[in-house]
Amino acid sequence: MTGKYQKVAYYPGCALEGTGHAYNRSTKAVGKKLGLDLVELKNWNCCGAMEVKNIDPKLQTYLSARNLSIADDMGFDTVMAPCNGCYHNLKKAEYDLANDEPSREVNERLSSKAGHATYESGKVETIHALDWIKHSIGEEGIRQRVKNSLKGLKVANYYGCMYTRPRHIFPEKDKGPGTESTSKPHFMDEILAAAGAENVDYPLKTACCGGAHALSDSDTSTKLVLNLLTTAEACGADVIATECPTCHTGLEMHQVRAEKVLGRKTSVKILYFTQLLGMALGLKPKAVGVQENFSDAMPLIREKGLA
Amino acid sequence: MSGAALLSIDDVQQRADAIVAMTDDALSRDATALADELLELGEAVLLAWLASKGRAPADGEVEGFRLLALHRQGAKGDPSFNACRETCREVVYHRNLILHDPASPDVARTLRLGAMVVAHLALFIGGKLQEAGLGEFCCSSRPVRQPETLNPIAESA
Repeated sequence: MTGKYQKVAYYPGCALEGTGHAYNRSTKAVGKKLGLDLVELKNWNCCGAMEVKNIDPKLQTYLSARNLSIADDMGFDTVMAPCNGCYHNLKKAEYDLANDEPSREVNERLSSKAGHATYESGKVETIHALDWIKHSIGEEGIRQRVKNSLKGLKVANYYGCMYTRPRHIFPEKDKGPGTESTSKPHFMDEILAAAGAENVDYPLKTACCGGAHALSDSDTSTKLVLNLLTTAEACGADVIATECPTCHTGLEMHQVRAEKVLGRKTSVKILYFTQLLGMALGLKPKAVGVQENFSDAMPLIREKGLA
Repeated sequence: MSGAALLSIDDVQQRADAIVAMTDDALSRDATALADELLELGEAVLLAWLASKGRAPADGEVEGFRLLALHRQGAKGDPSFNACRETCREVVYHRNLILHDPASPDVARTLRLGAMVVAHLALFIGGKLQEAGLGEFCCSSRPVRQPETLNPIAESA
């Protein structure tokens, strides 16, 4: 245990209250099991996601900054966002407020109009759920707590896009040993390896899944996802581990669609890394929301002795 | 760069699928040539993208590879293009793995995975040709990056 991030502000974001509910459940369950405190932001709002960002990026900066302001008001210097979209947007807001005067002006004006303190960059650090586990408990801490090893489970770790791109909003990454890499991220690999998983060398761990176009251009997304799934299978993976609700939903949804529309069936399962870690720590599949997933991983979970 | 420059994105897709479907023996026998072909197929995809934008492809190399130079050129003015940056690097990586040890027992598997990475590049760029916003979700941070980007109209003038 490193002692960092034992108690942090928690920003679940919209997706984790909807399609990504299993991620919310498993993140909280893992935190509780590990003795880590998550305190949800009071009256949090949308981070601006892609809808607002694409139309009015400065408004997105404000929306994310308001969440950071709430964390600051609650006395936290760290906020943890498990969703890649939220994590990315809070980091982007932090970058914009530190480097872009017009963004600062809009944030100040809207904060004043809304009647809350204006967030100033540098006061609150945004971390992902992977940073949270990696730096609070660490691999050795996980190894000591494993009750049901993931031994024999071959995992392709899929990080998606927003965890590492664009690089300039993640100044803490690419700083050498112990830090995350934007070109070949590895925190999830390390966490799950500590839980006993056998990671496969997955060459598409940050490749595009077409997530934002899942509904508007389904065929493109289905083809991209199908290639992600077949490549994971070619790597020998039983499971694709995810750390983003958009990626997770896209992989599940288009796995079904690929079979229906393209006649291409794939059998690799899709689970949040927090679900895998939770089961390794001794939590029941239901406690980490496996039944909420679209992809039925229960037969595999039973086969591997995790249920 | 060879005749791959003349390939369409669909051609690349089909060739990548054909490599994936080859037997282990066939892959192992021609490993070095197929490894170089992976690079050419990747270059063909990026050349198709540049051609669609009316831009002349760069002749240079980045870190010794034209593929990476073409990617860098393609990303100018379009940050969302960076969604395939690591995919291009994975193509190079798989090619290098094979050239490093063409007699490795893993060579057929490495070639197949390399071909699947090329297929992903073709799917992504092919998708962007139909839907320019593909990749905007992650890579664009336009308000900050805008001054760094080139004006495509001015560039082509």
